[in-house]
Amino acid sequence: MARPPLTDEELVARYGPHLNREPAGGWNAGIDVDREVKTHCCFCGQQCGIILKVKDDEVVGFEPWYEFPFNEGKLCPKGVKRYLQNAHPDRLLEPLERDPSHPDGFRPVSWDHALDRTVSEIQRIQSRYGKDAFAMLSGVSLNNEKSYLIGKFARLALGTANLDYNGRLCMVSAGVANKRALGIDRASNPWSDIPLADVVFIVGANVAECAPITTSYVWRARDRGAKLIVADPRVTPLARTADLFLGLRPGTDSALLGAILHVIIDRDWLDHEFIDAHTEGFEEAAAAVADHTPAWAEEITGVPAGRIEQAAEWWATSPTGMLLHARGLEHHTKGVENVSAAINLGLATGKYGKPGCGVTTITGQGNGQGGREHGHKCDQLPGNRDVTNPEHRAQVASVWGCDVDEIPGKGLTAEEIVEAIDRGEIKGLLSICFNPVVSLPDTAFTRQAFDKLEFYATIDFFLSETAFHADIVLPGSLHEEDEGTSTTLEGRVVKLNPSKKPPGNARVDWEIICDLARRIGKGRYFPYRSAAEIFDELRLASKGGSADYFGITWERIEREYGVFWPCPEPDHPGTPRLFEGGRFYTDTGRGRFTPVRYRPPAEVVDDEYPIWLTTGRVVSQYLSGTQTRRIAQLVAQYPEPLCEVHPTLASQYGIETGDLVQVTSRRGSMTLPAKVVATIRPDTVFIPYHWAGRQAANQLTNRALDPLSKIPEFKVSAVRIERVGSQHAPVVDERDLELHTASEP
Amino acid sequence: MTTVRVSITPKRAAGSSATEAAFGEVLFVMDPSRCIGCRACVQACEECGTHRGTSVIHLDDIDSSVTTQTAPMVCMHCEDPTCAEVCPADAIKQNEDGVVQSSLKPRCIGCSNCVLACPFGVPRYITAFDQMMKCDMCYDRTSIGLKPMCASVCPSQALWYGTSEEWATTRTGTLVNEWRFGAQHVRTKVYTVVRQPGPVDVVEGATARPWQDDPFGLEELGAGT
Repeated sequence: MARPPLTDEELVARYGPHLNREPAGGWNAGIDVDREVKTHCCFCGQQCGIILKVKDDEVVGFEPWYEFPFNEGKLCPKGVKRYLQNAHPDRLLEPLERDPSHPDGFRPVSWDHALDRTVSEIQRIQSRYGKDAFAMLSGVSLNNEKSYLIGKFARLALGTANLDYNGRLCMVSAGVANKRALGIDRASNPWSDIPLADVVFIVGANVAECAPITTSYVWRARDRGAKLIVADPRVTPLARTADLFLGLRPGTDSALLGAILHVIIDRDWLDHEFIDAHTEGFEEAAAAVADHTPAWAEEITGVPAGRIEQAAEWWATSPTGMLLHARGLEHHTKGVENVSAAINLGLATGKYGKPGCGVTTITGQGNGQGGREHGHKCDQLPGNRDVTNPEHRAQVASVWGCDVDEIPGKGLTAEEIVEAIDRGEIKGLLSICFNPVVSLPDTAFTRQAFDKLEFYATIDFFLSETAFHADIVLPGSLHEEDEGTSTTLEGRVVKLNPSKKPPGNARVDWEIICDLARRIGKGRYFPYRSAAEIFDELRLASKGGSADYFGITWERIEREYGVFWPCPEPDHPGTPRLFEGGRFYTDTGRGRFTPVRYRPPAEVVDDEYPIWLTTGRVVSQYLSGTQTRRIAQLVAQYPEPLCEVHPTLASQYGIETGDLVQVTSRRGSMTLPAKVVATIRPDTVFIPYHWAGRQAANQLTNRALDPLSKIPEFKVSAVRIERVGSQHAPVVDERDLELHTASEP
Repeated sequence: MTTVRVSITPKRAAGSSATEAAFGEVLFVMDPSRCIGCRACVQACEECGTHRGTSVIHLDDIDSSVTTQTAPMVCMHCEDPTCAEVCPADAIKQNEDGVVQSSLKPRCIGCSNCVLACPFGVPRYITAFDQMMKCDMCYDRTSIGLKPMCASVCPSQALWYGTSEEWATTRTGTLVNEWRFGAQHVRTKVYTVVRQPGPVDVVEGATARPWQDDPFGLEELGAGT
C-alpha cells in the first residue's frame, strides 16, 4: 500500500517546500558568467524566450532575450525567478525507496536497485493482474521529445492502454471541440494576429495572471482602436480596463455565448457568404439557440441583456476579431460544448483564416500544445492520430517497427485512472511531471486512491505531495538540464537548450525512461543516443498526421525563431495562420457548427450549499506549485490561498478581510483567510488552487467530468461559508514589511 | 476610448558622451492604466547589476478591496531633484543624462531627509545597508544602451522604454512630465500617460467606463445577487 511513510508535516520538514532566495554563489554570481544560454521559460504555454546565465555549472540569473519575437524580452515574475529552482536545497539527488523506519521516510538507494525494483514490480503486477493493471500518468511540462517517448514507452515497454496526462486537466475540452469542428487542434492564429483585431473577446481567461505577456498583444490591438470585451465572474486585472465586462455566473458560459449567437442571427449580422461557402451545420446550431434570447440569458448568467446585445454587436459587426478563451470556459462538465459555442461565433461571422480573425484557446501548460499531439493521451498516437483508427495504428507501427497488435487500444483518462486505482482495478503506477494529489479534484478521494496502490514509482526533481506516496522515487531533470523542443500556445515549435547537467546522481528524464525500457526487455524500441534522435523519430511518426512536424528540424527552429506546424516538408514555411481561404481540416474541408443548448453544471447551489465556488490561478504560482512554492520571492508575493468574497456576501456572514472562513462543499472543508473584494460576483467565492494539504482548494471541487473530454468541473462547485475566527497575523510580503518598517521616520 | 497621437521632442539634445546618449534620447514612460500588478518589475528590479538582491521599484495596490488597479512607481528623475536638494551630506548625484542616482554609500548618513522630501515617495532607507536606495534607471544597463530591467520584462508594457519615434508610432495617450504639488512645480525625466491632454485632477478623476461603477450590473438587474 503506497501510504506516505511519515506524516505530511514530517515529510514537508525534510523535503520541502523550502525556500530558495538567492542564486548559487550569491547576488554577485551573475556579473561575470561562464555562458549564456538562449532557451525558453519552463512555465506557461507562452514559452517566452529567456537567456539563462550560467556560472560554475549552475544557473545563476537571467537576461531578457530581446530578439525572440514572441515576448521580446518580456517575462512575468515566474519567468524572472525560475532560475531559483536551481541549486535548491530540496532537489532530489539520489534514487529513494520508501522506508517508514528511516528518519527521512525514504532511504537513498542505487540506480540499479531503484530501476530493478521498479521493473520487477511492473512485471509482478502485470503478470498477476494483466497489462492494463499498471498505469502511467505524465505531464505536459515535458518537452515534445519526452512526451513522444512516454507515449511509446507506455504502449511498447509497459504494454498498457492506461497512459494519460495532466493536460486532461487543462486543454482537452478545447482539443475535442477543435478537432470536431475544425479538424485540427491548434491555435487558429499566431499571436501577431491579435493586434490586427478590431474586437478582442476574452471568455473565461484571466489573461493578466495566467498568460501575462498576452496582455501586450491585446494592448497593441487597443492602441489601434480595438474594443475589448471580457466575460468572467471576476473583474480580473485586464478585465478592469475592458470596454465591456460580462460578469457571468460560473457555469453559464454556453448560455451567454448561445445568446450572443441568437442576437447575431436575430439581427442578421451573419456572414452568409462564409457560412455558405465554408461551413456546415448552421441550421442545427441556429435552431439550438432559437430560445436563447438575451432576456432569458440574463436570468441564467446574471449578465444584463443590454450588455449581451452590445457584445454581439461588437463581435459580429467588427471587420476583424479574435476570441480568446481558457480554462474558465473549458473546466466544465460541458467544456466541449462551451468551446463549441465559441467556435460557432467565429464560424457565424466568418472570423477564421484571415488576418486578425480567429477563435482560439490560450493553452495553459508549458508544452500544453506539443504535449497534446504526440501520443501522450490515452486515445492518441503521434501526429495527433487516433489510437482506435486502424490506418493510424498501422502508420505508427511501421515507424516503431512493431506489430500493430503490440499497440494497446484506448485507455482510461487521468481522473478515470485514479478512480480505477480506487476500485482496485489498477494496482501499479509510474508517474512523471504530474502532482494529482494537488491538482485533481476531490483531494481526499485522490489520496485515498493513491494509498491503495500496490506499487507506485515516480520520476521527479522535487518530492511533490504525490511523490509522498511513492515506493520508488527516481530523481529526474529540470527543464534547464535537458534538451528538446516545445510547442507554444501559438503552435510555434521552439528549441529548449540545456544550461547544465543534472546535479548529484539525478539523471536526464529520457535516459531514465530508456533505461527502464531496456530492463523491461524492450530496449530494441528505444535505441536513442540523444534527444535529437527522438525528435527525428517524432518527425517521422507525425508525418501525414494532423499535427505534422516532418519538415521541422532543430536547426530550422533556431534559425527561424521557431516553426509553426503543420510543416509537412523541410522546404515548407510552416503554417502560422490556419484556415486561410476558409479551408478547414475536416473530411469535408468545411468548418462544422455544433448545436449547443445551455444545460446546468453538475452541481448547483441549494439551501445547504448556497454559494458558487470557482477556482483558478495567481500570477506568482504555477499549477500545483511543485516548483514555484519553492522560490521565496514568488511565495512572498502571494504566500497562501485567500478566499475572495464580495462585500455584500461578506456582510451577510460578518466577514472582514483577514478573517478566517471555513468553506465547505460536499467533498470536504477548508479554512483560510478571507479577502473581501468588490471584484467578484456577490454569489460566488474564488480560491486559487496551487497549494497542498489543508490549503488545497481541490479539497472542495467536484469530480464530475465532461462526457467527451473527461475534464473535471474545477470551475463550478456549490459551497457554504462560515466565519470561524479572526486572523491576527496579516498576510504580507515580508520584504515589503522590512522595507516599509525601515523607511518610517 | 479617446486617444491622442503625440510626438515628443526630447527636452535635452543628445549629448556627446556615451552615457548621455544612452538615456538622453530615449523615453521612460509609465502607463499605470495598463498595470496588471504581476510584480515582474519588482522581481526583475532585484536582478539588476547596480542593486543586486534589492528591489527598488514600488508597486502599489490602489485599493484592492474595490479594484484590481495597481500602479508601478520608478524614480521620476526630476530635472531639479528635491531629494538631492535636501540631502545634508550631498550624497545624491545627478548624471549628465539626467539620471538621479541612489545615495553614495560613503556619504549617506541615513537621515531620510530625501525619503520625506520626495514628492513622489520614491527613495527608501534600507536598514540592512544603512543607506537610501532608489531606482537609478538600471544605470549599468541604460548606460550601455540596454533597457532597464523593469521596462524590459513588463508584460503589459505599462513600463515602457524606447525612442520618441517608437512611442509615436506604437502607443497612444498624452505624455505628461510636469507636476504641481501645492506651490512646488516639478519637471521629470520620466513620463506618465493620461488619456486626454490638459491638466489632470488626480483627486476627482472620473470613471473611465460606465460599467465600472457597477461591474456586475446589480442596479441594472435590480437585485442583490
